[in-house]
Amino acid sequence: MSEAQPSRETTYFQAIFEAHQEEMLRDERVVMIGEDISLYTKSGILDGALSDRIFSAPISENGFCGMGVGAAMTGLRPVVDLTIASFIYLAMDQIVNQAAKIRYMTGGQATIPVVFRASMWHDGSNAAHHSDRPYPLLMNSPGLKVVVPATAADVKGLIKSAIRDDDPVVIFEDNSLWFRSGPVPEGEHLTPIGVATVRRPGDDVTLVAIGSVQQDALDAAEILAKEGTSVEVIDPRTLTPLDKPTILDSVERTGRLVIVDPAHRTCGAAAEIAAIAAEEAFHALKAPIARVTTPDVPIPFSPSLEEPLYPRKDAIVEAVRKLK
Amino acid sequence: MPLRPSERISLLRDIMTIRRFEESVKKQLQAGLIPGSVHLSIGHEGAIAGGCAALDDGDFVVGTHRSHGHPIAKGSDLGPLMAELMGRADGVCKGKGGSMHLTDHSVGVMGESGIVGGGLPLATGIGLSAKVLESGRICLCFFGDGASSEGSFHESLNLAAIWKLPVVYLCENNLYGATTPADSVLSVEDIAIRAGGYGIPGEIVDGQDAEAVHSVVARAVDRARRGEGPSLIEAKTYRFGEHAEGLIIPVSYRDEEEVDRWKKRDPLDILRTRLFEEGIVSEEDMTQMESELQQRIEAAVAFAKASPMPEPSAAFEDVYSNPIAGGSR
Repeated sequence: MSEAQPSRETTYFQAIFEAHQEEMLRDERVVMIGEDISLYTKSGILDGALSDRIFSAPISENGFCGMGVGAAMTGLRPVVDLTIASFIYLAMDQIVNQAAKIRYMTGGQATIPVVFRASMWHDGSNAAHHSDRPYPLLMNSPGLKVVVPATAADVKGLIKSAIRDDDPVVIFEDNSLWFRSGPVPEGEHLTPIGVATVRRPGDDVTLVAIGSVQQDALDAAEILAKEGTSVEVIDPRTLTPLDKPTILDSVERTGRLVIVDPAHRTCGAAAEIAAIAAEEAFHALKAPIARVTTPDVPIPFSPSLEEPLYPRKDAIVEAVRKLK
Repeated sequence: MPLRPSERISLLRDIMTIRRFEESVKKQLQAGLIPGSVHLSIGHEGAIAGGCAALDDGDFVVGTHRSHGHPIAKGSDLGPLMAELMGRADGVCKGKGGSMHLTDHSVGVMGESGIVGGGLPLATGIGLSAKVLESGRICLCFFGDGASSEGSFHESLNLAAIWKLPVVYLCENNLYGATTPADSVLSVEDIAIRAGGYGIPGEIVDGQDAEAVHSVVARAVDRARRGEGPSLIEAKTYRFGEHAEGLIIPVSYRDEEEVDRWKKRDPLDILRTRLFEEGIVSEEDMTQMESELQQRIEAAVAFAKASPMPEPSAAFEDVYSNPIAGGSR
């Protein structure tokens, strides 16, 4: 994104709608399928003329995700909205067994330009059935691309790029960011898939922050800067394919790596990034790699139980201080 | 509209092609040329060829794990199919799919699912694109009795019904899900009854009579093409061989009397005898068809054997249409 490009403050939520509207107007092969999406037209958020391409579905996650795949194979570019990321488990057969594998199993005959959108509703007392951050499961499924946009500009730019991409892309949006505003470039704005961004440059520690933890990571970096520690904050934005060069180049400069990941700890995105750094940048490391993650417990209902589980500013500061 | 004599001969030829191809597949498996196991369509040819005969060239088919017959009935070249079964580089899926995934997009056969019921949502989506793009094409979705108890079946029928999608769901009910008798795990005697739950037509047909299947499917195809929505058809059929060749099932779960009774209702014999008795084909015609077919099968086997095994590096191809360098996975 060029800093010279004019931008305007937009909420993450509004950016999602703009991405759909622009792509549906640009390309009539784009259709939307999903639960509770009639509100996109009824509220006037999307042009009424697009309603012929908006399919408000029954609660049949596996069925309508598979429909998205079949429609994508035969000429449409469907965006399938799962509403809440925890519901993705109901559609795992169609997403993992079909969407991810069909191109491969057919020896490249099938092209599957489908987008699955899943919004993570953690940190809101929604309890264990509505609060998951399931992207690590899909990182373990070759054939999918997985993105985790953390700003209004990126959610717009990544949805638009995903719709134009010829492979299945799963977008993990974040409900806790919906009403957060940020600058979104005016006009056509695409965020490339597979490219990380440096949110704050630094020299002493590389802090890789995934999804919604950006602000906590930046706040932590600010606190640490006052203590004389210069922290570089990287947002991978895409988890598959991961932009390894941006992360490894930084680690080679700083020699220290902390990964902040709101997913569960075991086999999470943080674990994968830590393994890559240990394999490919071990020579540069001056301290053990640290992870700040959500511990391996289902997400509880009560705020007093839930709130302390997620990676926050203080835990990030603490993890960086310990490296010294 | 009933089939013309030339179309009836063509239907007989499709059934014979599937039968002879499958017999050859069994031989190649026994000779060690086909890895893994294969699910043969022998016994199912009436439902398969009868159903596909009701389609136009541009129409789509989605198959099952027992799906060698579907691409054949839709007009695939036999060589790349046989090469695929042998895991060769010139296989229709470059050796990446095998017996359960003989996909051939060049004839509209869009995919076969090794996961029971996995193809139904895909077929439903193919119907959605036909509707949105106003292509006039329809999708014939094959599935088995086992799939009719999967959630994907029920979700798909409901989705196709509410949006009136041009999909014909054709159940090849061969009475067993692997070794489990279908009647022991179905809440209803006939799977076609389940159409009622979705407000769509449900019809039962004798799967061993290819012409009867054609006529029922043709009606459903017309309805779909008119924009009136999906139908469910249940073809009662039987697999003459094991669940899978190359897979040893050390228990007996079907009595011999039942197997013999069904083998007397062979879809190939039924149509051949009928066409012979009606004077549509002669003994000489039959001999000539068999001999031409033998040559085609031999050529397919030769093509497959001549094809190299894929290079191990090919395992890393076709994962993505648009591989992005940022990820060096």
